[in-house]
Amino acid sequence: MPAIDNNNALIIKDLHVSVEGREILKGVDLEIPKGEVHALMGPNGAGKSTLAYALLGRPGYEVTGGEAIFHGKNLLELPVDERAREGVFLAFQYPQEIPGLKVFHFLRSAYLAYKGLKVEEFSPMKFMNLLNEKLELLKMKEDFISRYLNEGFSGGEKKRMEILQMAVLEPEIAILDEPDSGLDIDAVRIVANGVNSLRGPERGILVITHYQRLLNYIKPDFVHILMDGKITKSGGPELAEELEETGYEVVEGIG
Amino acid sequence: MSDSDYRYGFHDPENYIYRAKQGISHDIVSEISWLKGEPEWMSRIRHRALDHFFKRETPTWGPELGNLNYDEIYYYIKPSEKQERSWDNVPKEIRNTFDRLGIPEAEKKYLAGVGAQYESEVVYHSLKEEWTEQGVVFLDMDGGLREYPELVREYFGSVVPYTDNKFAALNTAVWSGGSFIYVPKGVEVAIPLQAYFRINAKNMGQFERTLIIADEGAKVHYIEGCTAPIYSTDSLHAAVVEIVVKRGARVTYSTVQNWSKNVYNLVTKRAMVFEDGLMEWVDGNLGSGVSMKYPAAILKGKGARLEVLSVAMASKGQVQDVGSKVIHMAPYTSSTIVSKSISKDGGRSSFRGLVKVIPGLKGVKASVRCDALIMDEESRSDTYPYLDVNSDDVEIGHEATVTKIGEEKLFYLMTRGIGEIDAAKMIVNGFIEPVVRRLPMEFAVEMNRLIELEMEGSVG
Repeated sequence: MPAIDNNNALIIKDLHVSVEGREILKGVDLEIPKGEVHALMGPNGAGKSTLAYALLGRPGYEVTGGEAIFHGKNLLELPVDERAREGVFLAFQYPQEIPGLKVFHFLRSAYLAYKGLKVEEFSPMKFMNLLNEKLELLKMKEDFISRYLNEGFSGGEKKRMEILQMAVLEPEIAILDEPDSGLDIDAVRIVANGVNSLRGPERGILVITHYQRLLNYIKPDFVHILMDGKITKSGGPELAEELEETGYEVVEGIG
Repeated sequence: MSDSDYRYGFHDPENYIYRAKQGISHDIVSEISWLKGEPEWMSRIRHRALDHFFKRETPTWGPELGNLNYDEIYYYIKPSEKQERSWDNVPKEIRNTFDRLGIPEAEKKYLAGVGAQYESEVVYHSLKEEWTEQGVVFLDMDGGLREYPELVREYFGSVVPYTDNKFAALNTAVWSGGSFIYVPKGVEVAIPLQAYFRINAKNMGQFERTLIIADEGAKVHYIEGCTAPIYSTDSLHAAVVEIVVKRGARVTYSTVQNWSKNVYNLVTKRAMVFEDGLMEWVDGNLGSGVSMKYPAAILKGKGARLEVLSVAMASKGQVQDVGSKVIHMAPYTSSTIVSKSISKDGGRSSFRGLVKVIPGLKGVKASVRCDALIMDEESRSDTYPYLDVNSDDVEIGHEATVTKIGEEKLFYLMTRGIGEIDAAKMIVNGFIEPVVRRLPMEFAVEMNRLIELEMEGSVG
């Protein structure tokens, strides 16, 4: 097998992250190649969301060691928006509400920024066509786009809005932070279908989840267990099923 | 916004026809009155108002005004020989200034009429023929007094008496320029009238006086804009605006206040609204060092209504002390006050809202909503609501929110590839969107542009 090159994979090496002076990640190693879906599982407080936030550079998440290489650059040294423009996307567990910001305007601005296009290079009409394609792909209604970003959205709507953003921006690496949390089973299915429609050789996906349930709908190629700031075990999809039966403690014991 | 970002900070040479000497006195008032050749009764009102000004204490309940030196101000400057109806006849330097401010262009595109005041006098005034034919009167206040003395005598000081406050007294004593508008019964002026106020001289005091009378069923939208050069010494702008909204009439008064930061902006604006009339104040406060402005309405007739939409932005070295007042004096009257303020780089914004309902009224509705957005730790926002309600059958709503712009919201937008400045702009524009979307198109564009300029001057 050829060595994974960092143009085609996000390579995280020995990542240490502290929040408010407390070390949460204690040396994480992980590789997400394009074309693969990886699941990151672990109990509450293990540091799953911390990994996602640190990769994108959320204020307050202090990297104390390690690197995250993509396209030959250490993402951890770049401002937040530049990391995004390298092609790394985070679907938030708790998306922010931005009152007064219309979804259409937001998506178009993000698209232009993400793709490095000037306003005059991509007319609103052209963007509307692109957006309609994506809405259709995700089976979402058009009325989404005239609403204010996430304001008054239900939990399920917020999660779908995140997937729509991913569909529009077409990132190379997508990190989905608990896209199933707070959703009933029908909503989980809708979100999972959306994610599945965005799988492909041009994209690596890291799905963070607490429950195996989601992985019935988004079938991962690999599963990693994060416990107390470290990846304690990696394996194929069967690892998630094993976990479902035995729980995290036992898995740790055998790992 | 830093001074270098204030694009209206330029000034012309001070070539004046006449300039009264610095400071305020009865002599100065007599001089202004004599130069204008106005009726004796107006002159008497001026002197009485000046006495009141001398007597009245400077208000201490609001922003600090102790540094305002009345002796250093020029109270009257006449910039040109006479008022013109064609821009070609306006002195070149002054015309260039208004060109740079985009006034003649806006006039062609979307205005029914324009008044352009430079220092103390209105140098250009026009009203398109279509409206003069329907009996609409749009003059500067001096012209109004000359041509419609009875109307002026009846209404001048009827909504804002000079005893109202110290600055209303000062304005009444030395007023010059401003607009006089009369819209006859049933006439709807479909496109806006605009007045533009420009201060050019150092230590200038501008005291325009505006009176708008909308007769029964009439409709008019008046827009005012204002800018000034940047000086290290203070200028003073103390206007009085009186509006009479007769039965079933509707007046919209929109302001984009963009004075430079050496201007004290101490303004009294009030409307008297009769049966089923509607007064709308749309107030954007972006400039000035200290502003005190609380557009108000007295709802005097049954079913009269007030709507206030206000946006204030307080940046480094600015105090925006704004708000609104409404007095419900008749049954079935209603008022809605929506205020949005943004404080950044150590700026301070305050909202003062007064809702008063006199005893024994039926079916009164009032709602006040003020939202504040604070961009950083150095900035500040305060809310001072006063409710004085003496009737039982009153529906009152009051809501106030304070939001910090929040790193989380910025982070969220930036993870979509959007740069920090653009992300902050999106949040701010979203915050004021509920107000801006109700503005006329050109006005909304201008407001957004000014706010974006402010944002660029600070973030990042």
